Amino acid sequence: MNAECPVCGAQIQLASDAVQGELLECPDCGTELEVVSVNPPQVKEAPQEEEDWGQ
Amino acid sequence: MTKIKVSIVGASGYTGGELLRLLLFHPNVEINQVTSESYTGKFVYKVHPNLRKATQLKFSSASELQQCDLLFLCLPHNSSQNKIDFYKSIAPKIIDLSADFRLKDPNEYEKWYGHKHSRPELLNEFVYGIPELHREEMKKANYISSAGCNATASILGLYPLFKNDLVYEDRTVIEVKAGSSEGGNKVNEGSHHPERSGVVRSYMPTKHRHTAEILQELSFGKNIHVHFSATAIDIVRGLLATCHVFLKKDLQEKDIWKIYRDAYGNEPFIRIVKENDGIYRYPEPKLLSGTNYCDIGFKKDEYSNRLVVISAIDNLMKGAAGQALQAFNIMFGFDERTGLEFTGLHPI
Repeated sequence: MNAECPVCGAQIQLASDAVQGELLECPDCGTELEVVSVNPPQVKEAPQEEEDWGQ
Repeated sequence: MTKIKVSIVGASGYTGGELLRLLLFHPNVEINQVTSESYTGKFVYKVHPNLRKATQLKFSSASELQQCDLLFLCLPHNSSQNKIDFYKSIAPKIIDLSADFRLKDPNEYEKWYGHKHSRPELLNEFVYGIPELHREEMKKANYISSAGCNATASILGLYPLFKNDLVYEDRTVIEVKAGSSEGGNKVNEGSHHPERSGVVRSYMPTKHRHTAEILQELSFGKNIHVHFSATAIDIVRGLLATCHVFLKKDLQEKDIWKIYRDAYGNEPFIRIVKENDGIYRYPEPKLLSGTNYCDIGFKKDEYSNRLVVISAIDNLMKGAAGQALQAFNIMFGFDERTGLEFTGLHPI
């Protein structure tokens, strides 16, 4: 059950017992992702807490 | 177990010392001799104190060199080309860590180094020493010319973009921030601590010699221009190359991820570092001290077609001794990670 990371395009394997709303990290770009659907498998970027990083 | 008998010529410098540190723990290497004209007869730990109790080797003179399987040449530039016949008579394989055999075109050598090459007919015998670009040639090579440190970081950062013809050929700007060990272990007034400490010294805004290597490896038969500057900063090891290129197509960051993943996904020493959170979101040379990694990150300017590629290495490792050992491993059919497994320190 593979989903595509919306940030870097990496293929992410969802666990067989993954559920909607579950949070996981992309192994390539490290982005925190939220499972929005398991069938079809789909993830979106999880909301990030803003921080001051000189931006 | 197969042991390759090697010697290091010019082992008292920083690069030679780093190479010796790696080779002493390589399971397939027997170190035959290490040479230094200044320290002949002295224990190597007198010059490289980190090797105390790791070896009882003493420096020899190059005139005492014995036959071996491979010579590493860690000499100042313009040295190995003048004695290359002698070195060839000592070993059937050579890895030269100086700049003497990096360029293929003798005219380019003269242009960037300010004098004629003494053995231009040999330039094509040497494989340019970045394994990620020339691995297959290295497997069959007898002679390898290890790449320059600034050139390595710049080339690895930009290679996937130039190879796939994705950037304008005349608008590449590279700014390298470099540590003091790039300058070697010979002192000068500028390296005196009160002068060197705390500096952000623009030491080569134009005409840096490594530009020639970058042009050679990224041109792919085209006439390209690369605008390179180097700045000395207050670190000992490491360099960061910030490269500005302009995309021919409107690529999104996801597309660029795919390009870098295709180029380097299977490379053991290249990591794509680009994260949205955390402390180290882009490559950081500090974390690479003593490692053979090249970390590469990028960010597309959302208001233009500029792509900023950030590349970091330890100049003495991936930029010199580590990369040379990686090439050695490839030459002799060993796992290319052998002796290079160190992942670095944190915090440091």
